[in-house]
Parts: sequence; C-alpha cells; structure tokens
Amino acid sequence: MSGSTIETLRRMADQIARNFEVMGHTDAVEATADHINMFWDPRMKQQIFADDRDALSPIARAAIDELAEGVEPAHQTRATVFNSAHEAGHSDAG
Amino acid sequence: MGYERQKDFGTPAVRSESQVTLTIDGRAVTVPEGTTVMRAASESGGSIPKLCATDNLKQFGSCRLCLVEIEGARGTPASCTTPVAEGMVVKTQTPRLEKLRKGVMELYISDHPLDCLTCSANNDCELQDQAAAVGLRDVRYGYEGANHLAEPTDHSNPYFDFDPSKCIVCSRCVRACDEVQGTFALTVDGRGFASEISAGQTLDNFMSSECVSCGACVQACPTATLQEKKVKEVGKPERSVVTTCAYCGVGCTFRAEMRGEQLVRMVPYKDGKANRGHSCVKGRFAWGYANHQDRITSPMIRDSIDQPWREVSWDEALTYAADRLKTIKAKHGARALGGITSSRCTNEETFLVQKLIRGGFGSNNVDTCARVCHSPTGYGLKTTFGTSAGTQDFDSVEHSDVILVIGANPTDGHPVFGSRMKQRLRQGAKLIVIDPRRIDLVKSPHIEAAHHLPLQPGTNVALLTAIAHVIVTEGLAHEDFIRERCDWDEYQDWARFVSDEKHSPEVLEGVTRVPAQSVREAARLFATGGNGAIYYGLGVTEHSQGSSTVMAIANLAMVTGNIGRDGVGVNPLRGQNNVQGACDMGSFPHELPGYRHISDAETRALFEQDWGVTLDAEPGLRINNMLDAAVDGEFRAIYIQGEDILQSDPNTKHVAAGLEAMECVIVHDLFLNETANYAHIFLPGSTFLEKDGTFTNAERRIQPVRKVMEPANGMSDWEVTQALANALDLNWNYTHPSEILDEIARLTPSFAGVSWERLEREDSLQWPVNEQYPDGAPVMHVDGFVRGKGKFVVTEYVPTDEKTGPRFPLLLTTGRILSQYNVGAQTRRTENVQWHEEDLLEMHPSDADNRGLKDGDWTKLTSRTGETTLRLKVTDRVAPGVVYTTFHHPATQANVVTTDFSDWATNCPEYKVTAVQVMPSNGPSDWQEGYVDLTERARRIEGEMEPAE
Ligand code: SF4
Ligand code: SF4
Ligand code: SF4
Ligand code: FES
Repeated sequence: MSGSTIETLRRMADQIARNFEVMGHTDAVEATADHINMFWDPRMKQQIFADDRDALSPIARAAIDELAEGVEPAHQTRATVFNSAHEAGHSDAG
Repeated sequence: MGYERQKDFGTPAVRSESQVTLTIDGRAVTVPEGTTVMRAASESGGSIPKLCATDNLKQFGSCRLCLVEIEGARGTPASCTTPVAEGMVVKTQTPRLEKLRKGVMELYISDHPLDCLTCSANNDCELQDQAAAVGLRDVRYGYEGANHLAEPTDHSNPYFDFDPSKCIVCSRCVRACDEVQGTFALTVDGRGFASEISAGQTLDNFMSSECVSCGACVQACPTATLQEKKVKEVGKPERSVVTTCAYCGVGCTFRAEMRGEQLVRMVPYKDGKANRGHSCVKGRFAWGYANHQDRITSPMIRDSIDQPWREVSWDEALTYAADRLKTIKAKHGARALGGITSSRCTNEETFLVQKLIRGGFGSNNVDTCARVCHSPTGYGLKTTFGTSAGTQDFDSVEHSDVILVIGANPTDGHPVFGSRMKQRLRQGAKLIVIDPRRIDLVKSPHIEAAHHLPLQPGTNVALLTAIAHVIVTEGLAHEDFIRERCDWDEYQDWARFVSDEKHSPEVLEGVTRVPAQSVREAARLFATGGNGAIYYGLGVTEHSQGSSTVMAIANLAMVTGNIGRDGVGVNPLRGQNNVQGACDMGSFPHELPGYRHISDAETRALFEQDWGVTLDAEPGLRINNMLDAAVDGEFRAIYIQGEDILQSDPNTKHVAAGLEAMECVIVHDLFLNETANYAHIFLPGSTFLEKDGTFTNAERRIQPVRKVMEPANGMSDWEVTQALANALDLNWNYTHPSEILDEIARLTPSFAGVSWERLEREDSLQWPVNEQYPDGAPVMHVDGFVRGKGKFVVTEYVPTDEKTGPRFPLLLTTGRILSQYNVGAQTRRTENVQWHEEDLLEMHPSDADNRGLKDGDWTKLTSRTGETTLRLKVTDRVAPGVVYTTFHHPATQANVVTTDFSDWATNCPEYKVTAVQVMPSNGPSDWQEGYVDLTERARRIEGEMEPAE
C-alpha cells in the first residue's frame, strides 16, 4: 500500500487539512499552511508545489497555493510557536 | 568505594509537620511525629537488633528481637511497632534485653543450618549479623525437633533460588510481594514453628506461580533463602556504583554491585527518587545481554550488503565511513545525509549525534524513535498547555483519588510505577481503564477497576469527546478553574462543540462500541471523585489522531480542574529510558536543543558561534520521509545510533526498500540488529554499564549514569561519535561527558543550572533548572500554565483511513509485555525469554471458533501491507473483532503487517490499528523464511565459520 513519495505528501497534506477543518475554512487554510511551513523539509514542499494540486482537498489546496506564492503564514496554534533563543518555556518532547 | 549493604532504618520514614523529642540511651533525639522508636534510634546513629522489620515495609512486629525498655511503660515493647512520644525515655541495651534477645535468636538459629562458612551469603547476611549483635555463641536446642532443613531448593526462577532450609519465616518476602510489588504471589502456610513460605498454590514453584520476578522478595530476605544465582556463581560483591536503569522511562536507580570487573547484581537503590528501592525483572535481572556472545566488539565494513562483513581497526572503519560520507555530500549535497539518535543512549551522546548531523553533515535530517511513540504528546500538550512535558512527578499518584488509565499498560510497560499506582489503588483510589484489551490492572489482587471501557481501536477521540459531553451537559465542569486558568472564549467554543447531541455517549456508542451508561458513569466519577489524574501511553499516541487524542485528554484535565497540584495532571508514560532526553536534546528535524525552531536566526547564531559552523535554516526530513527520499534517490547516507528501525518502524518492506536504496548505512549498536542487514559500516556500541552520562526519565528527572566497567568495544558511544566527527575533520576534543553536559547547559535555557558536579551532589534534577527554578520543577503549571492560558482545542473525531471490510474484517492492535523490552534486542538475549519465547496473537474465542482455530494453532496474519505467521492464544481479554500481538521478536515481524498510516500532525505511525484477516497456517510464511535466509547471509563475517547447513 505504500505509494510513491508524492502520494504520501498528498495524503499528509489532506490529513492535516482534514484535522483543522473544524476551525472553519479560512482558519483551517492558515493552520494547514503554517503547519507545513514549520515542519516540512524544503524538498517535500517543492514536490507538492510542483504537483497537480487539483487532487488535494480544498483546504489543503488553498494552503499549498498560499505557500507556493511565498506567503509566510502566521502561527495559528501554539504547536508552531517555539522558544526564542534564550527562552526555556516551551517544550515539545515527543 | 568498598562494599556495604544499603542502610536499613527498620521502618518507613514518616512525613509530619510536628516534631517529637525523646531520649534514647541518654541521647536527645528529634524526629517527625509518628516515627517508630526503631527508626528514631537508627536515624540518630544507633541500631536496635531486628529481623522482621525493614524500612520499605510496614512494621509487622513478629520476631520480638527489637525489644526495648521504656521508662514508665510495662514490659518490653517491640521498638518497630512503638511510635515515639514527647519526653519518652528509651533504653535499647540492658542485661534484661540482652537475655531476651538471645533467647529469641536461639530459637531462630535452632531451625537454621549452621553452615555459615560455606553459605553464599556469608558476611552478607542479616541473620548472621543479628546473631552477632545479640552476642549469640551457641544454641541450646538440638536439631532433633521438627525443622525445615531437608527441604529442597526451588531453582525454577532463572535469576534467583529459593532455599527453604534457610528460611526463618519472617514473612518479609511475602509482605514485599504484597505491599511493594502488589502481586500477592507468596503465602505463609501453617502457623508458628510449622509455618512455611510458598509461591502460589501448593504445587507451584516460583516460575509456575503468579511471580513476575521483580526481585522485591529477594531484596527483603534477611537470609540466603532467597538469593540471586549470580552471587553463588560470581561471589559476594566488593564494591558498588549507583547508576540508572537503561530500559524504560521510569528511570529506576540501581546499585551495580561489582566483584572486580564483573557485575554480581543490580540492586534497586532506596534513595532512587523514581523507584524508591523497587525494580522490575528487566532492570533488576535482565542485563546479561551486556556480555552475550552475539555482541560485536570490533568495527566492521563491507562495500555492499551482499558481501560478508570484514573486521577492521577503528581507524579503517572511521576513515571508510568518512570517505563515503564526504563523497556523497560532495556529489549530492548535505541534504542527502542524515541520522537517527537513540532514546537508549545518554543525553550527551544524543546531543553529539545531532550536533554531528547538523554541524558536520550539514543537514537537519535528524530524527529519533520518539517519532514513533510520543511525538503526538509533544504536539498535543504544547498546543493546549503551552509546554509539553508530563505535568507531574511519580510521587503525585499518592494523592490521586481517581486514576484514569488510557492506552497504557503500566504493570507491563512501566512496572515500577505500575506498582506505585497499585499501592494507591489498594488504598482506595478509584480506577477507570480505557483500553480495547482487558489489561491486568482491570482486575488484579485487591484491585478492580470501577469502569473498564473496552473501546474499538482507533476511536479514542470519539470516546473522550463523549466523556466531555457528559461533564459539560451535566454541569460538572469546574468553571472557577477554567475562568482563572484558561481562555474562556475558547472554552465556550469547545463546550458548545462537545455538548452537541451528536457527541453524546448514546450516539457515539455506534462508533466506540462502549455502552453509553458506562461512559456516563465513568465521566461522572472522573469529574466529581476528587483529585483526578490521567496516565496514558502509546495506545493514545500511535494513531492517525494521536495528537488530537492528547489534546482531548488535556481538555478533560482542564474542564475538571485537574492541573497544577499533587494528585492530578496529564501524565504521558514514556517508553524508552531516555526518550524525554532525546527530545530535549534536539533530535527532531525542525528544532535545536531546548525546543527552538531551526528557522529562528538568533537561535541558530548561538549554535553557529559555539560550534563554528553554518546551519541549514530549513527543517529536515522525518524518518519516514528520509526513507521515501531514499527510494527517490535524494537521500543516500544515514548514521543510526542504537535504534533498530527495520524492526521497530511500520511497514517493514518499505523500511527495507529505503535502506537498500542508500549508499552508506552506518549502524552503531551492540548487536548486528535487523537494520544492520542493510548496513555498510558497523560501529560497535557500548552498554549503559560502560559509560558516564545522564538519562532523563518520564518525570523530566535528569539522572546520572555511571561507568561501572570498561567498554568491551574499547569506546563509550560518545567517544565513537566523536571519533567519527573527527574523521570528518571536526576537531572535537571532549574528554568526559561532563564537558558535553556543560555545552548543553550553555546552549539550552532549560538546562542552564545543570552540571555533572551538581548531579553528583543532588542525585537528580527535574528540568527546567534555571534562574526561575533554581532547584528544578517537580510539578508543572502550579500557579497557572507556564505560558499564558490553557487552551481548549476542539478535537473532531476523524476515523482512520485504515478500515475493516470483508477481506480484512479484524482490527489488529499491538503492545508489549513485562519481560521484554521494545524490539527485544537486549531482553531476548537474557533469560527473560523464559517468560516470552515468541510473540503470540490474542483472539477472542468467538472469532477463533468462526475460523476453526484453537489455542496454540499456527495462524497467518494478513493485512493490506503484508503477512506473517504466528501462534494463536485464545482469550477473552480482547473483544470480538479485535486481535492483539507484541513486537518483540524479529521472527514474527509484526511490523510487516502494520501500515504507513500515521498521526496527522507528527507522522507517529498508526501501530495500534491495522485491518487484518487471520487464517489457519502450516508454519512460517515465505517472507519469513526468506527473511531468515537474508539475515543469515547479511550477518556473515569473513573468517568466521559458516553456519552448518
Ligand atoms: S524467605 Fe527470607 S524473607 Fe521470606 S520468610 Fe524466609 S527468611 Fe524471611
Ligand atoms: S519476585 Fe516479586 S513477584 Fe515474585 S514472589 Fe518475589 S516479590 Fe513477588
Ligand atoms: S521499571 Fe523500567 S526503569 Fe525500572 S527497573 Fe524496570 S525497566 Fe528499569
Ligand atoms: S523487628 Fe520488631 S518485631 Fe521483628
């Protein structure tokens, strides 16, 4: 069942979007873009930018469109807010 | 340091605000109210003879050896059961006491063989010490009367013997098993002089009884009746070193007791803050892997994986590795290189591996096994609470009134903490278990869960939402707490969401298959039963909605006000010994140590200056993406320290394809593990007994690991990483891990106050240790959340894409058992295999009947991903429609059938839900047989005899 890399990336983007959907379309698009921006390797981003985005769910597609245009999305959840250089407060121990 | 037994104060320490002063043998002594006379004497440097008392058990008062005289009191009370009183005047040594004690001792000795000189416990025996202490020289009673001297020894346990001829029936073992371990395996049969200790029923021996081999009874025994076999084999220990267990995230402290360079035994350390003198079978006994014949101690290389290994010098291996890495980097760029840090290695070693990858390889392609276990904890708790570590220390459970265990099996996975939890449950705390399987905790001696909610695997979010629905709609929310600590508007959004009728237990029953009435009752109990604590494990995280489940748990703690004090909180039970530490040390591809994002220029500048390198500003690849990229030819070299991703990661064939596609796979491990089948360079590793450093346990407790013997491979793991770095021209020159720890402290704000000297002085520290928390922080979020307000996050249930259907009608879920650890690389190489020789597939009787399967039958387990075979265990522990297995044995390779589905936020694999079919089978599958062949070929070493046909 393990498909090609691009299939995995599409699945990942759609899954993120699906879990943010409950925030409403606009916020979910921002949250999806923010999440991908902060956690994906540049090659993964480039691959999905280059892909035919019609296969994606509407939220994921809008998020990828935004990132592909070079927009730097604002942080939507605290998961994408990290400690600044001299700060000890956050952690995200796996 | 020479060898001394750990000090025994006779009775447990007492915590009390008020102090009492009394006089013992003419000296004024002040102790907390409630302390016994025995302990008071002991704490002030005296010692009263004793046999049945020991300080990790409740006082019992049976042997009468500890008699004292108290002014104004009649008779000679037992000091172990007499509490101190203000102004009390005690005498512990008088002619009358001496005479009485001698009499008592004589009776004991008359039923004890007098072969001290040849006894393996000679000079390390409390009975012998006490006989000397009371001045007993000869025994008036002969051996003619009834005695136990002819009783045969029970050798059945692989690690300790039970020789009843030496037993004085003090019942310390029985009480240790009951009170400390909570297994209730031992009994005292008969009365008085005729009494005898036995394991389980009359016909049982230790192995066939309920005994889980924790060693508590052995530790408690004052004679050689219960004794480690190793003491007989190797001899009495001569020195001891305090160190930390390298198995699970409880982080038990042990004394490694040594004779010369040989380890005699690991004895749980009474002052250990995580274990308080207790242990489990793994840490206590399963360390034999350290010198197992399979251990590889010299470096090996080969040009391609179809060739046999060639043993070479360290220099040759490191140069070979460095050349390959340099060539790949020159041709394909830094991003084609990466590595994996180990949650089994020390903080210092993990820090160095990520430093090597980021600073030396030049990419952020670093990941760790936390990816496959608790990464959703990180995501979920950070989003809701602002910081993601567990909120409590282990001691907190002593103050809990309702304990909710979800997707965890503490008695098997985290046994020493499991025992602590059981102690609290026996004191009357209520238990709710949410698990598809009836774990032992649901019903064990003197414990019964108030509610067991056996949900359908994959429906955690739905069930937690239903619980929240009950709490909110029945007016049980803790509004004062929420108004003060949380964002009120967000709470209201969330409350509206969960209150929707479609989230009621009645409607969701169709999804979770848990009767609505039980959900309602459990929710009411959790919301109104006093201090509520939630403990969870991989049954929460290893799902496509792992992160959402963690957030749902956090919501539940907040809505009931169960955060910020003892007895409450959200407690992830972490798997491996240093998984917390590996995360703290920057093992994730998007962040540097201390949870600072790689895109932050100021943070990067700190590290760049300190390390003299330039760092990539973009996040790197996660493990699964590295494998994908490898198949695509974009990722070509990997350095894997102390992890066996081929066996531990999902969809084995995909992992194998990824590894096979790489040009340079460096495995740094104790054994030729499964991943090493695909390796080109093997760097032998060292065990936790062979290195200095620190581990951080599940309570954020940083604890020292100390070298007790020289590394068999010649170098500790941090030295190997340093040597590889230097082969890549990085010029590192650490001479001791304390220098690495200093670097960590210098660069990581939450570790600012940590140093090796301080750990030597204070034994352990719970981070953050910095200006704000100079002595660390046991409980988090005490005066409000660490950062801002608590956030309620709406968690919508999204079913996994892994669906059952006509071809795959059953749901497989996976887990582990007490005696084995993770992929079993270590525990399989110890006598622990006697408890778990193979992975079994558990199935409900009705599903087995439908397929004409019986207990013990070979079955074929098939999923959309692959198939394997294993033997069947028919049991009603699992619900109809659900099957369960463990993943400790490479021959089973349960991960051949698990899928690529993973948590939406972190890609933590969905190990806990796979749609499968189970059918009769004649034996191992083609894949398994092929794999055995492959492994044999892949492990050939030049010059070693080929295995006989
Ligand atoms: S086995 Fe040891 S601890 Fe148990 S009753 Fe006998 S002497 Fe006491
Ligand atoms: S080893 Fe542990 S479980 Fe077994 S009898 Fe002793 S105390 Fe009980
Ligand atoms: S509970 Fe964990 S840390 Fe403690 S002895 Fe067992 S495996 Fe080691
Ligand atoms: S030690 Fe006090 S009665 Fe045995």
